[in-house]
Amino acid sequence: MGKALLGLAGAAVALAVGAGGAVAQDKLKVGFVYVGPISDHGYSYQHDQGRLQLEKELGDKVTTTYVENVPEGADAERVIDQLAAQGHKLIFTTSFGFMNPTLKVAQRYPDVKFEHATGYKRSANLATYSARFYEGRTIVGEIVGKMTKSNVIGYVASFPIPEVVSGINAMTLAMRKVNPKAEVRVVWVNSWYDPPKEAEAAKALLDQGADVIVQHTDSPAPIQAAEERGLWAVGQSSDMTRFGPKAHLTAIVDDWGGYYVDRTKKVLAGGWKSEDTWGGIKDGMLHLAPYNPAIPADVVAMADKTKADIVSGARHPFAGPIKDQSGKEVIPAGKHATDEQILKMDYFVEGVVGKLPK
Amino acid sequence: MSEFAVFLGPVLAAMLTAATPLLFAALGELVVEKSGVLNLGVEGMMLAGAVIGFMVAASTGSSTLGFIAAAVAGLVMGALFGVLTLGLLANQVATGLALTLFGVGLSALVGQGWVGRPIADVPELRIPGLTDLPVIGPALFGQDALVYLGLAMVPAVHWFLFSTRAGLVLRAVGENHAAAHALGYKVARIRFLAVLFGGAMSGIAGAYLSLDYTPMWAENMTAGRGWIALALVVFATWKPGRVLLGAWLFGGVTIAQLHVQGHGFAVPAQLLSMLPYLATILVLVAISRDVARIRLNAPACLGKVFHPDG
Amino acid sequence: MSLIRLEPRGHASRAMVYLTPVLAVALTLASGFLLFLALGFDPVKALHAFFIQPVSTARGLGELVVKATPLVLIGVGLAIGFRANVWNIGAEGQLTLGAIVGGGIGLAFYGDGGWWVLPLMVLGGVAGGMAWAAIPAWLKLRFNASEILTSLMLTYVALLLLNYLINGPYRDPEGFAFPESRMFEPYATLPHLIQGTRVHLGSLFALLAVAGGWVLMSRTFIGFQIRVIGLTPAAAGYAGFNEKRIVWLTLLLSGGLAGLAGLGEVAGPIGQITPSVSPGYGFTAIIVAFLGRLHPVGILLAGLLMALSFIGGEAAQIALGLPKAITGVFQGMLLFFLLACDVLIRYRVRFGARRAAA
Repeated sequence: MGKALLGLAGAAVALAVGAGGAVAQDKLKVGFVYVGPISDHGYSYQHDQGRLQLEKELGDKVTTTYVENVPEGADAERVIDQLAAQGHKLIFTTSFGFMNPTLKVAQRYPDVKFEHATGYKRSANLATYSARFYEGRTIVGEIVGKMTKSNVIGYVASFPIPEVVSGINAMTLAMRKVNPKAEVRVVWVNSWYDPPKEAEAAKALLDQGADVIVQHTDSPAPIQAAEERGLWAVGQSSDMTRFGPKAHLTAIVDDWGGYYVDRTKKVLAGGWKSEDTWGGIKDGMLHLAPYNPAIPADVVAMADKTKADIVSGARHPFAGPIKDQSGKEVIPAGKHATDEQILKMDYFVEGVVGKLPK
Repeated sequence: MSEFAVFLGPVLAAMLTAATPLLFAALGELVVEKSGVLNLGVEGMMLAGAVIGFMVAASTGSSTLGFIAAAVAGLVMGALFGVLTLGLLANQVATGLALTLFGVGLSALVGQGWVGRPIADVPELRIPGLTDLPVIGPALFGQDALVYLGLAMVPAVHWFLFSTRAGLVLRAVGENHAAAHALGYKVARIRFLAVLFGGAMSGIAGAYLSLDYTPMWAENMTAGRGWIALALVVFATWKPGRVLLGAWLFGGVTIAQLHVQGHGFAVPAQLLSMLPYLATILVLVAISRDVARIRLNAPACLGKVFHPDG
Repeated sequence: MSLIRLEPRGHASRAMVYLTPVLAVALTLASGFLLFLALGFDPVKALHAFFIQPVSTARGLGELVVKATPLVLIGVGLAIGFRANVWNIGAEGQLTLGAIVGGGIGLAFYGDGGWWVLPLMVLGGVAGGMAWAAIPAWLKLRFNASEILTSLMLTYVALLLLNYLINGPYRDPEGFAFPESRMFEPYATLPHLIQGTRVHLGSLFALLAVAGGWVLMSRTFIGFQIRVIGLTPAAAGYAGFNEKRIVWLTLLLSGGLAGLAGLGEVAGPIGQITPSVSPGYGFTAIIVAFLGRLHPVGILLAGLLMALSFIGGEAAQIALGLPKAITGVFQGMLLFFLLACDVLIRYRVRFGARRAAA
């Protein structure tokens, strides 16, 4: 009798613990690691907007944690490890410099799912994702090609990595199609986020005769520089209109929310697997900010058509023939650059002034 | 030739604006060092001024109030340094470094809710006729008030140090604090006032970045300019006029390398970016090698702790 | 006439030398408590997250050691220089050169090396740091240029050099043009000392540096000369101590140790050469040197404490959403309090007006 009672008590306890445990584990913990501050109102900010969208849509099933300002290097591995050790089952690391640290931690926690943005290494529990920013650059190229009067476009660039280079090239190719006389001048700031330096670079380009500034850096400083001079600019990662209401033509806006919700749902349902996602405009991973009302209607119509063509596949941003700066044909007519070629792009196309730092 | 002239004008104008924060910070530190104190915390004081100035300007809509608040913020940071080094006789180098560290962290903390808020620009001067002169027009007559104030501070500081009694006393304190004390001058108080002035100037320098250069606040936006300002004081051999030249040199090289990149010359961008720092070292070496000149101009008691009782 | 006066003790109070760091830490914790309250966080939870939680696991302790290793290595070298009034502010640049040279050796023998590569890399790291410190040393002795400024300017140059190399000759040819080098082969990586943690051979080097530094300063004639030159340069001159030799020695030593720390980072936790090899260890080590009272054993303790403040800041971010900027504020406060309390070593605090001499 005593034994049976004990057994019953034991079962009751186990049930209580099990039930309690089940309630505690109900919500999936999702972690986010950002390289910059979410207050940059650029790259990391947009990732965080994605996280907020995730909380809004799946808040009853999910709790999120974020860590910002994580330096790439030895510290990143520790932060990712801590998130995994503290029970996060899905972790997004949002900068390419986090690639190897994420891989190392993924090997230690096989039951945690990792997602790395803008990288190329995968494993059974590590997926990669990025957006086809160059599609946005193509549309931007057409707009700036039409809006420029001086035929000089200034490009404030961060680092000479393929993502930036392909962006410059896509814009230049599209720009020259509508304006063969225009050229692109590039200044390298060697930083993703350094407002005073970005402003200096933008002003130097404006002083050299550029009347449109495009950027692949994260702060709104170039927009402000253009606004101050009454010239044009294109924002990066985020809608930067409020920093230059007259100057801001449009911006390429990163949109990670849909992807985050989708992947989280897969983890919840059990169907997550490691893959590479490189989504474009049609997948909703980026879009263009509302156009400046000063852009003429025919330019808007042209840009909209280009967007539709990219989405439908009728137009490829890197359709041949494409010649590099030395005149050599790198993509023949009738073909377009493959994904791998875009990922490894390390040359400038015709129309870009200045050599690529090698 | 005219193409070069077209190019030169904007570069000159940009050089003046780039030099302005360096000028304010370096002039302030020059006065501090002339009194015998070495304050390495310029970067921290600049950031304090940048964030407080921005917050006040954004809240009140007045950039003038912003600059005043920035000067006060820098002054307060300087007071902290003064209390530690002049009151509690702490090591000046260590305290200055701590001030920088503290300033970077505190400004980042305080400024968190203010990142990404745009504010109105500081207006630029416009004199019909003069501003439109080719080449020199915008550079000389189209700048904003702070640039002119910075330029005006050069003769002002020079006049104070070398033509007033107070300046003479300050320099005496820096040259030989024991003798000055024996003559009845309050060494610690004079130095403290100098440190407050240096703090205020650094604060204004920082606010120039956040209110004018790029009207926004971002963590660590001074990006090493405080250290450059410290270097400028040395290679100006503690003379205000030379500080101006040094600021122009550094600002000029920085802007020039951006232009070289834009024009597409095949020099790697990173090597071009090194130029301002290498130029600073070269000029520093050129100035310092004249040991006699350095000894003549460097305050003899720079960095030495002074205690009235020995 | 002031209410609080400082009266020299005439000798350094031994009790205060050990008491003041404790006092400073206590004051910092108290201020931190108030700061957290002011920011709206639960101060007890915050202090726990900051200082207790990170070291409550074996892995956490390991991370503490990994983070403290470069701080201690560099701090020991810097302190020796500071004692001689030689102010090496450019340790960050020397660290970078150590990573460039030592890491470069690892890359040079990629694919056909052996056990002998690692010792070469270590030597290369030391040599790289030494060479970079030799420049300010030479400039100081030949041209009387302040080593504070030259070493600092060279830091920026070193970082740009790393940037140039990582986008050029050091870049992984199969790395999709990412600005990262290849991952080092196992024989070119510092071995782990403790299973389950990232503690590597570099930590052993740090301990050896502490021991060596202590022996040098307290048991050798050179150490004696260093201390005399720092305290009373005139007496050193009379005694015939060679100031030039001391300047060379201290700068080369601190440069070599910083270079070793840089090599330790790339061949240790990072495992490759990346654009950012250090989150400012060269500068933080200056604080560590002062916190440790310029004494090797003190530096060991101070290094661990500083490392804890970094790791704690991350942990507090993850656990409570505490802003990362608090770490810098904490560290600055700690140093301020220490410097303020230091006055108690050499001076007594007296209240009231000075009594006239009888």
